[in-house]
Amino acid sequence: MVSMTLSLQKAVVKRRGKTILGPVDLDLKEAQFTIVLGPNGSGKTTLLRVLHGVERLTNGTLSLSKSNEDARQEQAYVFQSPIMLRRTVRANLAYPLELLGRPKSEIETKVQRWAHRIGLEDALERHAPRLSGGEKQKLALARALIREPEVLFLDEPCANLDGRSTREIETLLIAARAQGTRIIMTTHDMGQARRLAYDIVFMLGGRVHEQGAAAGFFDAPKTQEAGAFLNGEIVE
Amino acid sequence: MSDIWAGLEAAFWLIVTLDGDLVEITARSLHVSLSALIIASCIALPFGTWLAIRRFRYRRTAIAVLNALMGLPPVVVGLIVYLLLSRTGPLGVFGLLFTPTAMIIAQVIIITPLIASITHQAMRELWAEYHDLLISLNTSKRQRIMTLIWDGRRALLTAALAGFGRAIGEVGAIMIVGGNIDHATRVLTTAIALETGKGDFALALGLGFVLIALALAVNILIHSLSQTEQEGRW
Repeated sequence: MVSMTLSLQKAVVKRRGKTILGPVDLDLKEAQFTIVLGPNGSGKTTLLRVLHGVERLTNGTLSLSKSNEDARQEQAYVFQSPIMLRRTVRANLAYPLELLGRPKSEIETKVQRWAHRIGLEDALERHAPRLSGGEKQKLALARALIREPEVLFLDEPCANLDGRSTREIETLLIAARAQGTRIIMTTHDMGQARRLAYDIVFMLGGRVHEQGAAAGFFDAPKTQEAGAFLNGEIVE
Repeated sequence: MSDIWAGLEAAFWLIVTLDGDLVEITARSLHVSLSALIIASCIALPFGTWLAIRRFRYRRTAIAVLNALMGLPPVVVGLIVYLLLSRTGPLGVFGLLFTPTAMIIAQVIIITPLIASITHQAMRELWAEYHDLLISLNTSKRQRIMTLIWDGRRALLTAALAGFGRAIGEVGAIMIVGGNIDHATRVLTTAIALETGKGDFALALGLGFVLIALALAVNILIHSLSQTEQEGRW
């Protein structure tokens, strides 16, 4: 799979005159698993939405190595609160493939495979909004990965999940990364960041405060604020 | 009280003996109201959904006008349709006045804003829920509308049934454009108005009970066909 590159130049997002993000300059090229870290309100989610193209920039540019239309087809996004279509588990899994007009036989094969991978093969006819929180998040992840995207964005996918569900989701993410999917994910869980990250983007006050390899960031953060954040101190 | 009992008795005998006139009037009522419902739904369901997801300059004004049109006085609608379809009107050449088609046109005008407005309310909530996901999946406008209509079909059914309820019980407009002609444009509501005018309250009540039973039967039938109350089935 040819890796898609994403970069932001002087990116700014304003809402009602207030700057939510930026200015941000960011290049995401080689890393396979990028974790976006930062305190609440630091602009992590906005950064993710901008990179995915669902949040418009007030100023600056988002550059992709493909055309916008092609890039959007090769991306998927998992939200912090999983959005379930008011349909069965089967229909939720099939939906992204139906949008692409894939043949029914291919859709059914993939639905069965992914339902098995997330442990919902016996729940295919259940109404998806009635699943537990962990099941919903696994279903949302499977629905994102079923299209085999080049880039997968995840906004705190394990927030409010128990240890078992978190482990299952991390296993799916590691498998996706091994198959060539670039993953960009926000998290509050420092342990999860240490387990998964190849590189780190540390956000503070709507700006990228520090960016680099995960090992270097955790062992020797370059800025005082990042060090304080890693020590569990309140950073603003 | 005796009028009510007499009405119930009249309704009972009209139904049991399958009175020819009653069957004809009931069939025409169903034909006119269901035709109007189908045409109005084809217009109002996509329009209400489109209005929920589309942002444009005069959107608020359009919604306010749509909500205001829900309260269109049927008699005024009937009068306007009458003028349009009369011999000297712009559509007089089609010769539709005092036909069931004219009654259908009037009912479509009356119930379309009602169905569209209820659809818009329901779809607005669903769109708020689905917005991020559908944008993220890079769906086209058509795909968004189709997804919302399919997933919101139960709310849309309620909107359609509200439209049917208004259509089947409507009398002012269809009296004007239909003329309440025996064996041609007479329906349950206009027949009730006629019998009341003649002082035959028992028969008027009997027809009224038939009308209520018909409205309930159609509602129950549609709900059971769409299985809206079966929890486990989706």
